[in-house]
Amino acid sequence: MSFLEYAPAPESTALLNLQSEYGLFINGEFVAGSDPTFSTISPATEKHIATIAQASSADVDAAVKAARTAYDTTWSRLSGRDRGKYLFRIARLVQERARELAVAESLDNGKPIKESRDVDVPLVAAWFFYYAGWADKLDHAGVGPNPRALGVAAQVIPWNFPLLMLAWKIAPALAAGNTVVLKPAETTPLTALLFAEIVQQAGLPAGVVNIVTGAGETGRALVNHPDVNKVAFTGSTSVGREIARSLAGTSKKLTLELGGKGANIVFDDAPIDQAIEGIVRGIFFNQGHVCCAGSRLLVQENIHDEVVERLKTRLGTLRVGDPLDKNTDVGAINSAEQLQRIRTLSDIGEAEGAERWSPACDLPENGFWFAPTIFTNVSTSSRIARDEIFGPVLSILSFRTPAEAIAKANNTPYGLSAGIWSDKGSKILAVADKLRAGVIWANTFNQFDPSSPFGGYKESGYGREGGKQGLAAYLAPAAFGSSPTALPVSTSSALEGADK
Amino acid sequence: MTTEQAVRPDSAVTKDHAVSPASRAVEVLGGELTEQSLKRYLAGIPGVDAVGLHARAADLGSRSIKTTSKAWALDRIISLIDLTTLEGADTPGKVRSLVAKGLTPDAGDLSCPRVAAVCVYGDMVPAAVEALGVFHGENVEGGINVAAVATAFPSGRASLAVKLADTADAVAAGADEIDMVIDRGAFLSGRYGQVFDEIVAVKEACRRVDGSYAHLKVILETGELNTYDNVRRASWLAILAGGDFIKTSTGKVAPAATLPVTLLMLEVVRDWHRLTGEKIGVKPAGGIRTSKDAIKYLVTVAETAGEEWLQPHLFRFGASSLLNDVLLQRQKLASGHYSGADYVTID
Repeated sequence: MSFLEYAPAPESTALLNLQSEYGLFINGEFVAGSDPTFSTISPATEKHIATIAQASSADVDAAVKAARTAYDTTWSRLSGRDRGKYLFRIARLVQERARELAVAESLDNGKPIKESRDVDVPLVAAWFFYYAGWADKLDHAGVGPNPRALGVAAQVIPWNFPLLMLAWKIAPALAAGNTVVLKPAETTPLTALLFAEIVQQAGLPAGVVNIVTGAGETGRALVNHPDVNKVAFTGSTSVGREIARSLAGTSKKLTLELGGKGANIVFDDAPIDQAIEGIVRGIFFNQGHVCCAGSRLLVQENIHDEVVERLKTRLGTLRVGDPLDKNTDVGAINSAEQLQRIRTLSDIGEAEGAERWSPACDLPENGFWFAPTIFTNVSTSSRIARDEIFGPVLSILSFRTPAEAIAKANNTPYGLSAGIWSDKGSKILAVADKLRAGVIWANTFNQFDPSSPFGGYKESGYGREGGKQGLAAYLAPAAFGSSPTALPVSTSSALEGADK
Repeated sequence: MTTEQAVRPDSAVTKDHAVSPASRAVEVLGGELTEQSLKRYLAGIPGVDAVGLHARAADLGSRSIKTTSKAWALDRIISLIDLTTLEGADTPGKVRSLVAKGLTPDAGDLSCPRVAAVCVYGDMVPAAVEALGVFHGENVEGGINVAAVATAFPSGRASLAVKLADTADAVAAGADEIDMVIDRGAFLSGRYGQVFDEIVAVKEACRRVDGSYAHLKVILETGELNTYDNVRRASWLAILAGGDFIKTSTGKVAPAATLPVTLLMLEVVRDWHRLTGEKIGVKPAGGIRTSKDAIKYLVTVAETAGEEWLQPHLFRFGASSLLNDVLLQRQKLASGHYSGADYVTID
């Protein structure tokens, strides 16, 4: 046996204390759903993990009512300092239960334990700590003095970073004084339900956080519920469009964080070894299930061949397999459906004349797996250069001049992320200035911090999450003549009154 | 090679000078070798992003090496150690004790592998050679090498003549390996040609009467070079001049070996191999004291240069206290429980 075939180092699941069945978390308690239950499985083994309740529109209504009551009777009356205390408590509980949450996340989502342990869960805690600090400083959020909360927020999140996306949504909403009803993705509800336990542990007033599980229908019922004041959605552009359409003409505020086709631009004066790492991190992090993934690699023509050769060598050392093994670099694809999409698009890429390459790697028999793949000779018009694949598939294009790099990078309906690799600071600033993307990384990729706003241009959505901007998305300027401590009725009815 | 050729005034920075036509440099740079051509070549090497380098090193350091992999790693670490004593207070007795430890690291377990070499000051080479007796040299079954630090180690502040005499003296006394230091002052002030010529000259001083050469390890003293760009350039320079190994540190300057700096040097030898097919060794030295740390280095070697680098010809640990920690871990792996410092011998 060679040293590089490291002996198995699996993270123990012994500390996971899962229920066999989970209900909906409404008004501080787990209750049964009205619709038939569904099963959540581990994408690495296809084994059943737990039975999950499905929320009907009546259940969603109950959850929104609970959130409304909690907003009117407790949460909107608490001082910012007191709301902050609850958020700090949640942040500390996340840290205390970090290992358990990481194991659950890897089990349910298929992402490698080293990512859930070192990236997802620490960021979740960081997000709650960050917004806990904001709760009593809302005057400085950028919407003027004495800003108001919006009311009840309906939040729908995707399966790629289940717990982290939950934190991105819940932490700023609660800090700003809103109550929430959140729907986790159908394939990854587990950590949201563990989070519900943390909410109970933290003693959060009943109804401030409600979690309803289910599929698209549940989400539709939630965002279209008439007593919701704010909708926040992260997911595909097609669903985002549908939500925008159905919300048009209502008083609901909306933020959308949708797809992307990020360009990772490598100039010939880049720090080459770190650029290779950045390319790998940009597209193979979380199996490429990242909306801001650097899925289009733009390499300067004169170093194209060298970069591809170095990248291939590096990909040869990636370890694909059991997400719970501490040495795994690339885990399982989240669902059979997603795997099918990745396969289809990759086949189209090949059919359209691009050259496909994957390192030799043994994939497990059960579960959903896709080897890290790169495509060279990709033309800008190819589907794999335009469509979001949302998998471990990299399309490599070349460019000759900075102007061409900028033109190619911007030539996409999306505009979420981009990366620039160069040792020349002036070039980085000049290029970044011309890129139409919400997040631009220089000499790094896929770095997140709660203080940094995140969001997209064009079909990647609107609104920002993170930072002060992410907080403002859950606030409205003070109503004329009213003081924030004496808000007698719900904000929604006030807004509706104004509309009439 | 004459002394005058390498000793130059500072004004040499602006004027161009021919440098020693070391065969590797001639082949890779082509044309006539001059200080300017050397400078231009080194300046053309891509830069290093420190944040990215640290992130990659941290990532490699998080590998989890368990059970059979750990057992293999512990044995391999021992066989890659240059067991070192470099103190002003060293005595022939201490060196004899060091040699005994190197030959029989764990008296309670004779299956324990031997170290790669013992590393001493030049004047202690005869003592080490004598103590090793029939086990002197890697070509003997079960033999280990004698490495000597030379060239006015650790500061390198002496004339070239003294440095060359220091080297030749150690080689004549039986040293199999020479650990030289580069002139950091010359390097930092941009006199690359001087550093280059010195390495070439020291390499020549490693020549034995039979025409063979003692292995040359070139110590960059990365703690004094300050930037990763400098470390990368110095690594290329040392290889171009003929070094068999590039070594991080003397152990007398902090920081000594770190994982990022070793990773960077491994990337250089990997690139050199890609360019020429030739394999150069890497030796992190100083500051590696625990098995846990040493295993991180093994992982970094295997995933950067390749697993074939994990052999004494291509990778060494310069360490004194590391061996005992590895022995404790080894005993724990075999017996299932930890013993203690009294169950391993002090050198």
